[in-house]
Amino acid sequence: MEPTLTFFSGFGVNDLWFLGEAALRTMWISVLSISLGTVIGVLFGWLLYEGKLTAALTVAPVLDVFRSVPLIIQLVLFYNFAPIVGLNLDAFASGVVILTIYTAALVANVARGGIEAVDTSMRRAARSLGMTYWQDLRHVVLPIGGRAVFPAWVGVALGVMKDSALVSVLGYVELLKASQILITRTQEPFLILSVAGAFYFALSYPISRYAASLEKRWAQ
Amino acid sequence: MIEIRDLHKYFGALHVLKGIDLEVQKGEVLSVIGASGSGKSTLLYCINGLEVIQQGSVAVDETDVHAKGTDINKLRQKLGMVFQQWNSFPHLTALENVALAPKIVKGKSRAEAREIAAKQLAHVGLGEKLDVYPSALSGGQQQRLAIARALAMEPEYMLFDEATSALDPELVGEVLDTMRLLAEEGMTMICVTHEMGFARDVSDRVAFFHQGVMEEIGPPEQIFGNAKSEHTRKFLANVR
Repeated sequence: MEPTLTFFSGFGVNDLWFLGEAALRTMWISVLSISLGTVIGVLFGWLLYEGKLTAALTVAPVLDVFRSVPLIIQLVLFYNFAPIVGLNLDAFASGVVILTIYTAALVANVARGGIEAVDTSMRRAARSLGMTYWQDLRHVVLPIGGRAVFPAWVGVALGVMKDSALVSVLGYVELLKASQILITRTQEPFLILSVAGAFYFALSYPISRYAASLEKRWAQ
Repeated sequence: MIEIRDLHKYFGALHVLKGIDLEVQKGEVLSVIGASGSGKSTLLYCINGLEVIQQGSVAVDETDVHAKGTDINKLRQKLGMVFQQWNSFPHLTALENVALAPKIVKGKSRAEAREIAAKQLAHVGLGEKLDVYPSALSGGQQQRLAIARALAMEPEYMLFDEATSALDPELVGEVLDTMRLLAEEGMTMICVTHEMGFARDVSDRVAFFHQGVMEEIGPPEQIFGNAKSEHTRKFLANVR
C-alpha cells in the first residue's frame, strides 16, 4: 500500500508556541491601541466637556460615527481605501490606527463623565487655594474623576482587547488569525478555539483582577 | 483692606447684587446675614474672583480683582475660602489635603509643605488625624480640615461661605469654635452665616443683605438691638 498523502496533521507543541506568539501580538496591538486611544480619548473628552458647543458640533459627530459603525467595517474600509489617498499601511498599522480611533471614541465619553463627576464646588475650592486651571485638572479632577470612571475605562480596554481579534480580517496574524490557520491544517476547531479562548482569558483576567484590587484600595 | 465699590452681579437676567459698597479693614471680623438668595454668598465669590462681575470693582490691598492684568491665582493665595460643602480631596489623607496647595502653588518642598500642614491641622484640633482619609472624618472634622487647608496658604483674609450650614447640629459648635479662635488671633474674616449667636458675639460689624442690597451695616449691638431697617428687624424676628 502506498501511504496516503495527507494535508492534515494533529495539534502539536509547536502549535502551542505559534498560538503563544500570536497572543503576544494580540497583546502588543491592544496595548498600543489602548494606550494611544486613551490619551487621545481623554483629550477629546476634555474638549467635549470644555468646548461645549464647538466640540459638540465638530468632535462629537465624528466620534459618534466611529462608535456606531461596526469595527470590522471600519477596518476593511480603512485598509482598502487608505492606499487610495496615498497611505500605504500594512495590516498591523491599519489595525492600530482604527483600534486607536475606536478606543478614543469610547474613552472620550468616559473621560467627559469623569470630569463631570467632580463637583463644581470641589473645583472652586481648589481654585480658591490659588491653583491654576491646569493644576486643578491635574491634581484634583484627574485623580478624583479618574477613579470615578476607572471601572468604565477597564471595561473599554478589555472590550478593545477582545475586539482586536477583528484585525485578523486584514491578515495580521494575531490570536484569532493564528487559530484559523491551525484549524485549516489540523481540522480540530474545538480544541484550538478552546486554547485561543484560554489565551484571551489569560490576557484579560490579570487586568480585571488588578483593576478590582485597585478599586478596593481606593475605597479604603 | 478689601474695598468693594458699586458692585453689580447678574446671573443671566437675575440681578443678584445691586450696587454694593463695602470696606473691610485688616483685622476686622464682618458677618454677613440675610435670607437665602439675598446675594451674600455671591458677594464672597466676587471677592476672590470665582464669579465675574458686571459693574463696579473689588480691590484687595489695592489690587483690582477683576482687572484684566491681575494674576488672580496669586491674589487668591491671600484670600482663604471655606465653603458650605467641605470639599475635602477624597483621594488624599488629611495631611496631604493640606500640604497639596503649599507644594504645587507655592512651590514648597515636600517636607516643608508637610510641616506646614501638620502645624495647621494641629491648630484646628486635628493633630491626631494626619494620616486619616476624609471618608473617616466627621463633617465637622472635614470642615476644620478645610479651614486648615485654607490657612496653610497663609492667607491674609478668610472668607467663610455658610461654613456650618451643611453640618449636623451637634457638629456646628466645633467649627464655630475654630472660627472664633481665628478671630481672636486677629484674622480678617468675612463670614456669611446663619449663626446669629456667632455673628453677635464675634463680629466687629454685621451686614444685613436683602434682595441683593446691603440694607444695613453696623456693630452687632445696632443690628441685633436697634436695627434701623424694617427688613432687618423682620428677618431677625423670624430667625430667632
